[in-house]
Amino acid sequence: MDMEFSPEELAFQKEVRDFIAENYPAELRGKQDEGDELAKEDFLAWHKVLYKKGWVAPAWPVEYGGTGWTPTQRFIFSEETARADCIRLMPFGLAMVGPVIYTFGTPEQKAQFLPRILSGEDWWCQGYSEPGAGSDLASLRTTAVPDGDDYIVNGQKTWTTMAQHADWGFFLVRTDKEAKQQEGISFLLIDMKSPGITVRPIITLGGEHEVNEVWLEDVRVPQSQRVHEENKGWTCAKFLLAHERTGIAGVAASKRGVEKVKAIARTELDGDKPLLANAFFKRKLAELEVDLTALEFTELRSLAGPNAGRGPGPESSLLKIKGSEIQQRLTELTLEAVGHYGAPYFRGFGESDNEHPIGPDYAHRAAPTYFNMRKTTIYGGSNEIQRNIIAKMVLGL
Amino acid sequence: MDFTYTETQDMIRDTLSRFLADTYDFETRQKFIDSDSGRDPAIWTALAQELGMLGAPFAEEHGGLGGGALENAIIMEELGKVLGIEPYLPTVVIAGGALKAVGGAQADAMIPEIIAGNAIIAFAYAEPQGRYDLANLKTNAKKDGAGYLLNGHKSVVYTAPWATHLLVTARTGGAQRDADGVSLFLIDAKLPGIVRRDYPTVDGSRASEIYFENVAIPGDALLGGEGAGLPLIEQVVDEATVAVCAEATGVMQKLHEGTLEYTQQRKQFGVPIAKFQVLQHRMVDMFMEVEQARSMTIMGTLKLGQPANERMAAVSACKAKVARGANFVGQNAIQTHGGIGITQELAIGHYFKRATMIEGQFGSADHHMERYERITLAD
Repeated sequence: MDMEFSPEELAFQKEVRDFIAENYPAELRGKQDEGDELAKEDFLAWHKVLYKKGWVAPAWPVEYGGTGWTPTQRFIFSEETARADCIRLMPFGLAMVGPVIYTFGTPEQKAQFLPRILSGEDWWCQGYSEPGAGSDLASLRTTAVPDGDDYIVNGQKTWTTMAQHADWGFFLVRTDKEAKQQEGISFLLIDMKSPGITVRPIITLGGEHEVNEVWLEDVRVPQSQRVHEENKGWTCAKFLLAHERTGIAGVAASKRGVEKVKAIARTELDGDKPLLANAFFKRKLAELEVDLTALEFTELRSLAGPNAGRGPGPESSLLKIKGSEIQQRLTELTLEAVGHYGAPYFRGFGESDNEHPIGPDYAHRAAPTYFNMRKTTIYGGSNEIQRNIIAKMVLGL
Repeated sequence: MDFTYTETQDMIRDTLSRFLADTYDFETRQKFIDSDSGRDPAIWTALAQELGMLGAPFAEEHGGLGGGALENAIIMEELGKVLGIEPYLPTVVIAGGALKAVGGAQADAMIPEIIAGNAIIAFAYAEPQGRYDLANLKTNAKKDGAGYLLNGHKSVVYTAPWATHLLVTARTGGAQRDADGVSLFLIDAKLPGIVRRDYPTVDGSRASEIYFENVAIPGDALLGGEGAGLPLIEQVVDEATVAVCAEATGVMQKLHEGTLEYTQQRKQFGVPIAKFQVLQHRMVDMFMEVEQARSMTIMGTLKLGQPANERMAAVSACKAKVARGANFVGQNAIQTHGGIGITQELAIGHYFKRATMIEGQFGSADHHMERYERITLAD
């Protein structure tokens, strides 16, 4: 047992660090520094740089375009991208539907979709939740009825992140109403430009348009776009949920977040001293750091411990629970740290008067981010659902 | 980077856990901790001579297995699982650690005695006024010819009633709380002028108040440089702190498992209480604390060899997290058991008592958070 990097790993670390320094899009860096909201093009800018280098999907098998890195190399890569404050790529194609397709898809599906996920040509969204099916996902009611070589899909999905930009969506639909809930579900890939699809924005607390309602009205979907067998969609969904959870610990990004809060707390004054000298604030920050270390080493144990390579198991629910709690605490501390300047709301009028700036740049997104990040303990299976998973799958209750 | 154990480490764990399963069941333990001496010396002898366990962290030239802190952690965790009261921590981890660090003739003489099971060493460091400050010492050792004259009062010295030797911190110079002037001595426990008041501890061990009344100690009892002992003491206490965290993970695991088992047997409202979601989620929260304690113990253990500041920050993070976790898991184990949990009858309450004492051992969560902040969050 050791934590040292080998000379090869240290060389790799340097390679990654140098690559980011030389290739991270300057315009994107500028927007991040200003605290601007990021557009689709911003996400794609960094995606394309990584794609060109062959580093866009480190976790994928080499045959489908992965890097063949060891778990340690992947750890180094995520550490370095977080250290350099690179944006996180959209997960829907790379981390979610991609692995489902290369695991369960037909050769035709793999050939059609995987290269375009890697290149960023297709932007994906996830059609899971419905107004009546949130934590109880298996109660979903969107139906797909066979009609010749197609399905006719009807229903309503909700909380569909970035559907407004999406070219494709992966959907859970009911194909057998008589079967037990989980056994009547299929996994469909649907072209978002299909006639009958309507996307309506849902505006969340920070004012963002991230999520949407998606209405499907007599949408015709070729059966060849079903992944895995009919009524076996729940298998794909469970597989994907486990995948979704592993990245969700977000350790490297939270480490970077801690450094940002520290920097703010060294700048902001509390009396005649920096806020960081305030014993109460300091203690909260220290507790957060300690909890993050515990999360980091729990993740490292699963990456490089005896069960490494076995794939994410139900214990990854622990990483989701603790990772999301930490992400939220970080945004809460940031908002606390910026003081008065948490209040100004820039959406809709922006900030164009450089001579009389409204508060420091780092305060601009503090409140919206705090509000927005409440989602982390709700999405991907709420933290209560994660506890149910651990109780059942790990504790055997 | 690698988080797996070696074959030898797996073997140490397997051998020890099999031995303890045979010798350390709860009823047997209760019998010997209630006996006059409070222990069964045959177990210590067997650990040394049959299992070779006491040599785990020592170099092969001293007759050890060539291991280190990881081996200590494995052994402490297994002892934790059976509520072991064997003096492994003060003898092997602490005194052994100090001897390894100073080396030379003192190490050559004593380490084989430890490995053979002949030496039991208690660590006399705490004082009534000192709380967790290792340098806050009234006990003093004054130069006296070639040796020293030792005077002072040491608090709650675990395992002292069984000890052949005492590892003592004392002031050879400086003021009561100075970093300079602290020295470390390894002395015979039976020297004239050593007065002991022995008592049982709430977690099943034995301890003593120790009064040194003009105890004449030889010059070669000094470990390391005179007056320059604090860094060594801090290092050894950090090693011990992580070892106690390893013990805690064993204790916490048992508290959690015991609770899982009990809730599946105990019926109320016509069903096993494990069916209630409120208890399931509580037990998941306990599980997460156990796992995080394990992760932090590994982190702390792996960082013991780092430069002092990094080591201290890591150990403090580890102890703070483990102390809080031990508190949470212990209290919720009792709560989930209900009334039966607060009786002496079940093992669960005894695990709770040990978990509670571990919380404060070598510094509470607050103490360690403060040390962590001093190092990592300077404004």
